[in-house]
Parts: sequence; structure tokens; C-alpha cells
Amino acid sequence: MAHPASAHSEHYTTTGLDSRKIAFWAFIGSECLLFGSLISTYLVYEGKSVSGPTTHQIFNIPLTSFSTFDLLMSSLCMVLALAAVQRGDKIWQRVWLAGTAFLGMVFLGCQAYEFTDFVHKGLTIHTNLYGSTFFTLTGFHGGHVAVGVIWLLTLLVRSFQGKLGPEKSLNVEIAGLYWHFVDVVWIVIFTVVYLIQTTPIK
Amino acid sequence: MATTALPHTAADAPPRTGLWSWITTTDHKRIGVLYGVTAFAFFLIGGLEALIIRLQLGAPGNSIVSAETYNQLFTMHGTTMIFLAVMPLSAAFFNFIIPLQIGARDVAFPRLNAFSYWVFLAGGLILNSSFLFGAAPDAGWFGYANLTSNQFSPGLNIDFWLIGLQVLGIASLAAGFNFITTIINMRAPGMKLMRMPVFTWMSFVTQFLIITAFPVITIALVFLMFDRYFGATFYSVAAGGDVILWQHLFWLFGHPEVYILILPAMGIVSEVLPTFSGKPLFGYAVVVYSGVLIGIMGWGVWSHHMFATGLGPIADSVFSATTMMIAIPTGVKIFNWIATMWGGKLRFHTPMLFAIGFIAMFIIGGLSGVMHASPPTDLQQTDTYFVVAHIHYVLFGGAIMGIFAGIYYWWPKVFGKCLNDTLGKWHFWLTLIALNLTFFPMHFSGLLGMPRRIYTYSAQLGVTDFNLASTIGALFLGATVLIFLYNVIRTTRHGEPAGKNPWHAATLEWAISSPPPAYNFSVLPTVTSRVPLWTEGGVSEIPDVPPEPVHVPAGSHWPIVTAAGLATIGACTIAHTLIGVFVGVAILVFGIYSWAFEPFEV
Repeated sequence: MAHPASAHSEHYTTTGLDSRKIAFWAFIGSECLLFGSLISTYLVYEGKSVSGPTTHQIFNIPLTSFSTFDLLMSSLCMVLALAAVQRGDKIWQRVWLAGTAFLGMVFLGCQAYEFTDFVHKGLTIHTNLYGSTFFTLTGFHGGHVAVGVIWLLTLLVRSFQGKLGPEKSLNVEIAGLYWHFVDVVWIVIFTVVYLIQTTPIK
Repeated sequence: MATTALPHTAADAPPRTGLWSWITTTDHKRIGVLYGVTAFAFFLIGGLEALIIRLQLGAPGNSIVSAETYNQLFTMHGTTMIFLAVMPLSAAFFNFIIPLQIGARDVAFPRLNAFSYWVFLAGGLILNSSFLFGAAPDAGWFGYANLTSNQFSPGLNIDFWLIGLQVLGIASLAAGFNFITTIINMRAPGMKLMRMPVFTWMSFVTQFLIITAFPVITIALVFLMFDRYFGATFYSVAAGGDVILWQHLFWLFGHPEVYILILPAMGIVSEVLPTFSGKPLFGYAVVVYSGVLIGIMGWGVWSHHMFATGLGPIADSVFSATTMMIAIPTGVKIFNWIATMWGGKLRFHTPMLFAIGFIAMFIIGGLSGVMHASPPTDLQQTDTYFVVAHIHYVLFGGAIMGIFAGIYYWWPKVFGKCLNDTLGKWHFWLTLIALNLTFFPMHFSGLLGMPRRIYTYSAQLGVTDFNLASTIGALFLGATVLIFLYNVIRTTRHGEPAGKNPWHAATLEWAISSPPPAYNFSVLPTVTSRVPLWTEGGVSEIPDVPPEPVHVPAGSHWPIVTAAGLATIGACTIAHTLIGVFVGVAILVFGIYSWAFEPFEV
């Protein structure tokens, strides 16, 4: 693994990996605990609300299934975007980066619609425990998606500036790591929050 | 400042004098000094708070401070000592020492490192500025729900506390990612993991605890913030919420935090003892594995802080057992330290005295800690001064003694001069006497029933004499810090140059000049031994003058700009000024983008 002591001392790393990649994996590990705390709190409070609407009256599973599929497809676009950057394909890297960002924005649009709809149905962050935990958890996830979209759009601008050659592919790879992680978190949220509802039907 | 295309050499490195050079510095050594000085200032503030607490408790029915002020004092004392003194004092050593011990020219992300420091400073200032508004946090350093709700804490006190801690958390997380990467990826050729000095190893474990524990308190604080700002119901009993949720989240963070505080000190002691015993650390691998095991097991004991909440016999038994078990790797370390001294050529310089003091005091604190592992015993002791005695033996007798050992040990490396040994010995012995005079009587006052966090007590409780002893001890302890400060001034004025390796130590930081040059190592060393300076050919030759120009990164002002954005967001959140929050976000985003596109060659 280790490089021999080379003349290029400033680029020497112990593992041969770029430091940014290692730091980013550590960051993802840390984020697991962040979302873990949010999801655990949702689960321990599920069905404990003393009043207000329950999951059965609120969730719109077909819509959320669509936005979940949308987010999964954005991950596919991300993979293709990275591949295009790595082979130096200027046109397709823009197509796939824009596609990923667009699908991310569609997801955010669905979430904005969903939140508005839920508020109209009488669920807000202070209605009950369900409202507090649901909006905080999915809001945190949505915030992560929004940051990801801004990141992807920044990469897209860099691509149009002609500054996203194959030598910069690590920048895209790390953005991809982030994007896939946020996607995986959503798969967990969709499963344990939307699909497996333990709140008793009253 | 943007770097130029030309590589910087020792000769044309960025200027290292003047305020601007400190503000824009990305040199891990200077950031380490900034951490140390800032944290020591907070340590003095936290100590002053403790002295007022002790004066108030010096006699029964005292009225030096009101109950409200007393609540603020003990809350800020705890919060300050943990987040603004012990953690950043450890961070000072992480910064200065880790890159030198692993043979690196800097940390993996020098600008992120500067960012961590400025965010830490902002968090500390936010927390302490609460005093200016007469609204210092007053719900304890643990901030139990629902004491912190709008209903019971309507003022800004809790807002200062929760925003301050959020900001400090960001500083710790950023530093955590940075040091994990540095230790994994910046080790010199031949510096295998099992050749790393134990201080670096324990710091490594600490960083993992930081990056896993801080997200949990972040979320706990987010819930609290949403409850207070947006009327969420997380800790609202009326809405069916469970206030124990806070305790679980807080102690899930809080117990790993205990090891975040003590593991670096254990690492320091593991450096000092071999040096002054003239022999390598006994059972190096076992000490390392014990540290890793403490880090892992530290995640499985949190509910022993919650025995009094009535978790039921099964949970009580499990957490009792894990708590007793975590004493095993800790005990293993203590035996290894003692065995390191056994048969060695002992030299009792000040760092060695503090390291031995650490072991002795930590054993006392550790033993009373194991007593709390038993739920029935704990129910007698919880929220009494017995627990106050325990935490102070562990955190003052342990962490602070260890940190002082580190300060005396590495002072010559950092500043080029050894602190005066005679004054140091006075400092040590008086500290040892004063801390025992302060904290040992608390065992008795606690077992006699003196509760924590109550601003006064009745003479009929029978704890008057013990409290008077503690108060005298505390004043004495405060005075010992003055000896240290005098030593610092005296050494700065009159100290003799220390040379590269004044203690004849074995690790890599002692192979280079004191203080080290900006680039640390003139050539990247190749290491072939765990004790490179005690082994023939243990490290390749490191010439005093670089054989070829060495690149030194220039400074950058974007870390402080970005941190200022974060500080603005925090301050305006406390002030409930939405427009200010947006301004802060704008500064933050501007800072991040300028930082990302700044040409900066590491």
C-alpha cells in the first residue's frame, strides 16, 4: 500500500489515497450517527402522540414512492456523471450533472408539496410528537439534498467554465459519495417511516 | 492570502510576525499555540467561577451570591471546563504534537484546522458573552429537559447555552475529521500504526469518539432548539414526549465525552513516563488496544448516569456490568504505567511528577467511579458531593494533571526553553496538596447527604467543616496556578535555550530543533523503530538545513471569514434576528466558495 519515500514529498500520503477521500468517509460515518439519532427518535416516539393526525391519515405513499424512485434515478445519473468526467467527456458530464441536480430538485419539489399538503391536513411541527419528529427528520434530509443540489450545480458551472477535466474527477467522486449517502439515508427513511407504520389505526 | 505559484521555502515563507500572520495562519504549530492560550484563559475564567462557588459554600447559610447567580456559576463552570478548557487544551497538543510525532509537515487540511480554532473561539465567546446580558446558562452543563423548556427557562440563558454548544460542536467535528485523516494519511514512511507514539494513538481514538458522539448531542440540541424556537414537542410531557429522551441522547454523547477528556491525558502520560524512566512503555500494544477498547466500550455505559431515572432491573444490570468492565482496560493501562517505571532510571523532573500524580489521583477517581457502577450504591451517591469528588479526581486529578505534565514536557519543544524545574516542583506539590484538600472532603460531605447544585446548606447537616476545608483548598488551588503563570513569565524572560531533546526522549518530535522550523522536517524522515531516537538508525538523518527548497503553505483569511459567518448565524439566532441569520448565511457561503476556489498548495 505505502508509497516508497519519493522525491514528490508534498504529494506523499501514507495510504496512497487522497486525504479528501478519507476525511469524507469519516464525515459520512459521523453523519450516520446524526441521522441515526433522528431516525431512532422518530421510531421511539411513533404512536406516542396524544392527539392530532396519525401517519395513516397523512402519508401519501404513491407520491413518496415516486420521489423515492426519482432520487434513486438521480444516483444513477450521478454514477454516469462521474464516469463521464473520468473519461473527459465534456458533453455527457454536463448532461448527467444537470440531470442529477434536476432530479434532486424534483425530489425537493415533491417534499415541498408534501409538507404543504400535510400542513393543510393539520400536521405541523407543533401539532404532536409525530409532527415534530417527522418534519425534523425529513427536513434534515431535505436540507442535505438541497446542499447536494447546490454542490452539483457548482460542479456544472465549473464544467461550463472548462475546469472539470479528468484530473478533477475526485471532486465529482466526493460529491457523488455525498449524494449516494443522502440517497441511502432516504431509502432507510422511506422504509421505516413511510412503509412500516407502527402507529395503531384508530 | 492566495499563494503564488512559486514554492515557498524557509527563506520566503509567509511572514510570521504581526497580528495578521496569526489571523491567517494555517501552521498547525501556531494554531496549537492559539488553542493553548485561549483554552488556558477560559480555564482561568472557569476556575474563577469555581472559586466564587466555593466561597459561597464556605459557610452554611452564606449569601455571597443569590441562588440564581449560583445556578449560572455552576452551569458555566462545568460547561467552560469541559468544552472550553480541557477539550481545547487537549486540542492544543493534538495540533502541535501529532504532526511532529508522525513525521508530517502539517495536518491534512491546514485551513480547516484554522477554521476549527476560530469556530471554537466564537463558540467560547458566545457562551461567555451571556454574562454581559445577565443571562448566563443556568440549567446545569447537562441541561436536563424539561428544565430547559420555554416554560421553565423563559430567558435567553438556555439559548446562549444551546447555540454556544452547537457552534463548539462544529469546531470539534471539523478538527476530528482533520486529525483522523492526518493520522491515517500523513504518517512518514515507516511510521506504521503500531510504531506511532501512544499520545498520537490515544488522540486517534479520541477523534473517533468526537466524530461519533458530537452528532448525537447536535441532534439533542436541535430538538431543544426546535422546542424553544418553533414550538415543537420533543421534550413536552403534555404532548406525550418523554424527558428521558434528552437524558439518553445527552449521555450517549456525554459518556464518550468523558473519554474524549481523559484519553489525551492518558496519551500524554504514556509519553512522559517512558522518557523519564529511560525505558520504552511497558506493553505498548496492550496499552494501545486498551485505549481502543475504552473508546469502544465508552459507547456502552451511558445509562449509568441515569440509574436514578428508574430504567428497570434489566437495563440497570446491563449498564452496571458494562461499567464495571470498562474499568478493566483502564486498570490494564495503570499497571502498564507502573511497570514502565519499575526498574527504570527514574528522573523526577516536573513532567514526571505530574504524570505520577495523574496515576495516583486517577486511581482515586477511578475507584469512586466503579462504586457508582452499582445501582444501589449509585442511588445513595447520585446528585451528592460524592459524585462531585469523583468527577474532580478524574478531571482535575486526571485530565488537568495530565495536561500539566504535557505542558511541562513539551514546553521546550513549543517555545525553545524549559520551564523552571524548581518552580515546577513547587507547582506540582502544592497542586497535589491543594486538590486533595479541596476534593477529598467532598467524599464525606457527599456521603453525609450534601446535595449538588444547591446554593447553600444548613449547619445542622453536619458538613460545615468539610465544606470549609474544600473552600480553603480551592483558594489554595487557585493560588498554585499563579506559580505556574509566574514560571511562564520567568522562563520567557530568563530561560536558557533547551536544545533539540532536553529530556532525552525517544519520539520523532525531539529529532528537530526547538521550536521547530515552519516546515517541521527538512526532509521526510523514514522511521524504522517505535522509539526512533533510542534506536541506532531508528530514523533517517534529518539535516538542520533543508537540502532542497521546502514548500510551506501560505496563510489564508477565509477560515476566519467562514467562522465569522457561523458566529453571526449563532449570535443572531440567540437574538431572534432572522435578517441577521441570513447575513450570517451569506458570509458563510461566500467564505466557503472563496475558500474552495482559493489556490492553496498544501
